[in-house]
Amino acid sequence: MKSKVSLESVYKPSENVVAREVQGEFIIIPITSGIGDMGNEIFTLNATGKALWSRMDGKKNLKEIAKELTCDFTGSLQEIEKDITGLTKELLKKGIFVQVKGS
Amino acid sequence: MIRTKSYIVSKQLKANNLVAHVSSSILLKLDIELTERCNNNCIHCGINLAADDLAAKKKELSTQQIQDILKQAVALGCLTVRFTGGEPLLREDFQQIYIFARRLGLKVIVFTNATLITPNLAELFMKVPPLEKIEISVYGMKKSSYEGVSRVKGSFAAAWRGINLLLEKKIPFVVKNALLPSNKNEVNDFTQWAKKISGMHGYLPAYSMFFHLRYLRDEMKNIEIKNLRISAQDGLKILTRDKIGYIKEMKKFCAKFMRPVGDKLFSCGAGMNSGCVDAHGYFQPCLTLRHPNYVYNLKQGSLKDGLKSFYHKIKEGKVKNPVYLKRCAKCFLMGFCSQCPAESWLEHGTLDTPVDYLCDIAHVQARFLGLLSQKEMGWEVLDWPSRINNFINS
Repeated sequence: MKSKVSLESVYKPSENVVAREVQGEFIIIPITSGIGDMGNEIFTLNATGKALWSRMDGKKNLKEIAKELTCDFTGSLQEIEKDITGLTKELLKKGIFVQVKGS
Repeated sequence: MIRTKSYIVSKQLKANNLVAHVSSSILLKLDIELTERCNNNCIHCGINLAADDLAAKKKELSTQQIQDILKQAVALGCLTVRFTGGEPLLREDFQQIYIFARRLGLKVIVFTNATLITPNLAELFMKVPPLEKIEISVYGMKKSSYEGVSRVKGSFAAAWRGINLLLEKKIPFVVKNALLPSNKNEVNDFTQWAKKISGMHGYLPAYSMFFHLRYLRDEMKNIEIKNLRISAQDGLKILTRDKIGYIKEMKKFCAKFMRPVGDKLFSCGAGMNSGCVDAHGYFQPCLTLRHPNYVYNLKQGSLKDGLKSFYHKIKEGKVKNPVYLKRCAKCFLMGFCSQCPAESWLEHGTLDTPVDYLCDIAHVQARFLGLLSQKEMGWEVLDWPSRINNFINS
């Protein structure tokens, strides 16, 4: 599974997962097999993870999303870019995100 | 604008940990009885109508109605749905309903006898995993023992074909059994086989022994079921077949659940953030409780309204039966006892009449664990907290 992440690339949530908000928890539930190593457990993201998820519309690249997030979260643009790159890499590896375009 | 120091992190969490408090508008778990029909005709079963009972089939919820209930459940926060029956795989639209539930983000538990698991269905469970273990009732290791229970020719071969398909595809499942005349000599063989199934994680399989009467109040069938029930003492032998494991589990259990419950009618947790839908679309706190005061017609209302209607009735329900108040309300063995409004309803047609058979089972267990002397009854014991404490620390 491709897990090299570029800020110029566009990603979106895979169609093989469903995201739901239950009692304030943002949870990701695999639909098909082969999604990460989740087994019988569900995966959750915190508020910042959710903020990234909701902006992953398959149109904006990570750089644009990071810029938007600077309005909502503390930290420099570079720090936020590093964080969302790290999470995107993790979620790509698990098959939760897919790349739409970019190298 | 909200600013936070936290960045993006991820974690894994079990579904049961999601809700820290209960309220009348949350539904975490839903059971749906997809049909009352079954292709087996098990001698002890409290629900099975014939597979070809067209009148029963006609009364079942439609695919669309089930999908609508599932959507409502998800909107209320439901994470797990259990499809039961009868035999849920008898429904021609089972795969459609299953995929729909999974696409909504629900985890699915399927209760089945495995006889209708086809290569195609096993493939589906592999590609779109239920995320919960399938639960299979296996009534025998041999044709004679299995079909002595199921009373259907060819059902043994069909069940084992289904089980083997799941094993081949490595689909997690657990097995359970019922102690009945034709399989009572196979307890060890069954237990040894079951423990090796990966989904069992080495645990002993559950055995039903203290059978429910028929939900549909069929008096003739109920006499047959009563005759199949074993004595409390014989049941204890099965429960304690792994004596060390049993005592260890009971210590944990006693620490949490042993106390008198007073005059509260529902002390079992039924209907609190969970519910069941029967094959005809009646929402109820528990599948075995079909008392008219505790069923809500989903064809005329919503799951949310049904849940709200139970919540207060269940929370505020009080026992009136003087025998119950004298005995069960004061008995610290209520954790061991399956006495509940549903059992009382099945046995006596009331909500609060003590069921002596269940009382015997609870007392036999308590005596085995040293919580009671031979002649004592649970409701006579005043120093129960220290007895439980002594047992836990022994």
